[in-house]
Amino acid sequence: MAWRFEIDPAGKDSPWWVTAAAVVLAFLLVGLFIALTGKDVVAVYLKMFGGAFGTSFGLTETLVKAIPLLFCGLGVSLAYRIQVWNIGAEGQFIVGAIAATAITIYFPHLPAWGALPLMLVAGAAAGALWGYFTAWPKVQFQVNELMISLMLNYVAILLLNDLVFGPWRDPHGMNFPGTPPFTPAQMLPSFGGTRLHFGLVLALFAVALAGVFVQKTRWGYELRLIGANPEAARHAGINLRRHIVVVMLLSGGLAGLGGFSEVSGVTHRLMYGISPGYGYTAIIVAWIARLNPWGIVVSSVLFGGLIVGGYSVQTLGLPSSVSALLQGAVLFFLIAGSIMGKVKLRRSGEGRRWNFFRNS
Amino acid sequence: MELLSQLLASAMAAGTPLLFATLGGILTERSGIIQLGAEGLMLMGAVTAAATLLATGSLLLAIAAVVAVTGALGALHAFLTVTLRSNQIVSGLALTLFGGGLSAYWGQSITGQPMPVQVPVADLSWLNPIPVLGPLVSHLNLFTWGSLLLVVVLWLYLKHTSWGLHLRAVGDNPATADVMGIPVQFYRYAAVIVGAVLMGWGGASLLLVFSPTWIEGMTAGRGWIAIALIIFARWNPLYALGAAYLFGLLDTVGFRLQLAGSPIPPYFLKMLPYLITIAVLILVGWRTKHKLSASPQALGLPYIREQRF
Repeated sequence: MAWRFEIDPAGKDSPWWVTAAAVVLAFLLVGLFIALTGKDVVAVYLKMFGGAFGTSFGLTETLVKAIPLLFCGLGVSLAYRIQVWNIGAEGQFIVGAIAATAITIYFPHLPAWGALPLMLVAGAAAGALWGYFTAWPKVQFQVNELMISLMLNYVAILLLNDLVFGPWRDPHGMNFPGTPPFTPAQMLPSFGGTRLHFGLVLALFAVALAGVFVQKTRWGYELRLIGANPEAARHAGINLRRHIVVVMLLSGGLAGLGGFSEVSGVTHRLMYGISPGYGYTAIIVAWIARLNPWGIVVSSVLFGGLIVGGYSVQTLGLPSSVSALLQGAVLFFLIAGSIMGKVKLRRSGEGRRWNFFRNS
Repeated sequence: MELLSQLLASAMAAGTPLLFATLGGILTERSGIIQLGAEGLMLMGAVTAAATLLATGSLLLAIAAVVAVTGALGALHAFLTVTLRSNQIVSGLALTLFGGGLSAYWGQSITGQPMPVQVPVADLSWLNPIPVLGPLVSHLNLFTWGSLLLVVVLWLYLKHTSWGLHLRAVGDNPATADVMGIPVQFYRYAAVIVGAVLMGWGGASLLLVFSPTWIEGMTAGRGWIAIALIIFARWNPLYALGAAYLFGLLDTVGFRLQLAGSPIPPYFLKMLPYLITIAVLILVGWRTKHKLSASPQALGLPYIREQRF
């Protein structure tokens, strides 16, 4: 009497609570690792939660971290919608930050109404260009976009390092690897003395726009068609190549905007390590929200909190990589969970079936 | 002559971790499963080797621990992709993120500590009189010899044994293989697990031989480069040897140019392996544009017995 798994391709998508369960299970698994190192798991998680959401400072920090995740997550979610595996948001984010900073370096005396729009456009354009570098080999030579977009991440990081350690380094910065600080005209306004900045409004605007376009337009409909079955979409006369290029331009452009909002709104200069892996976390942010634009708002706040909470447990003698560990674990449980609605566990020799979720 | 010998030696040293990981990838992908977790597996292999070696001082135990840990992670990927048939790309990404996080967490306390034991070197001094090649192979460590042996074994297995034929059949057409009575799931599990161990071994050899202290994220994208090398090597273990050493050479040539006082900025030289990987991928794509690709025909497709294609 052997049990075996069966897949029902027509099965239902897993219900929402699978996502919640995946997050809980990830916390349990990582809790096991924490316990193995002899720490009090409950204290660690309480500290994490308190650090991220417990104080008004923690809460604004969480939102500040959520902004780049929101931009990058929204960007990659568009690409994943049509099964284009852009994992280059990290590089697209960084070149966006570099291009926005270039405006401050080469046109230092522009007034705010000139500097900020120019920086925004430069950041978005640079990110879009980086996205195009991934799209072009894919549509032209069927080169795997995963590989290209990832290699471009390393190129972008090395470009950033070259600039902040070399020609763009602040001469008065005591060897700090960063550009000179921006002038007030080059900074995004912040809300009432906090570090929370106008980039949040931009990001939410982008989410609303993406939501409308994906749900209500012919373009969004074609994206969903491609996502469901690329081959069928092609036979229906949809130009796959054009869609891939457009989506990668948008995907990279959004991540580039995130780079602009980070340098102009938070760090107020370009510096070494400008992104602690936002582009990679964004992959999970998009996945956990099932590529839904408004869902990404929720998941980016959750993961922003995870990053901030990761910093706050350092006082307990734990490395901040706890949050990276949690992110990977969440993704594991999520992919296992997402298939659950389609999996049946069947006992061979008998007709009886047991389903993870009852099919109605 | 001297310089050529030195260059080749450093290309082999830097190329051996890539070679292990590429061979692991070839084995995995020949079964039709994509494994994008190479980066995470290499990091886990490296940190496991470092932690075990520092704790026990035994190289054999370190190797056993690497096999156990990366084998378990490989089994996890196999369970998700072969049994549950979930998205192979996302599962691999999860493995990379999880491996990166776990290795950083685990390795925090041993960062920067030098390894107490070195991998033994096979002393073949009697080969020295042979020009260029002699000095190159007379003092190779056992890991490098192991990787060379593995190239031959894997090539013989894939091309000249019936089990290897079965594996290729599973990767090209699982439905036909199933009809022939080949246990598709078994071959896929075995290939993914052994492949993951080889990738972890690549990380371990990076740590034990090439740069013997643990640093967070020390693989610096080598796992991803190995995945590109699979395509470059056209899923053939013999080509993988040349591909890995070529990239090993690239890895070291920048460093050497920098030492020689070259006017090219050092960051640009560091970009070379990544830029050349992109160029190679485009070149391979351009050459095979109108030809049948060398990749396993069912790569990335889950196999469901009752499903018609």
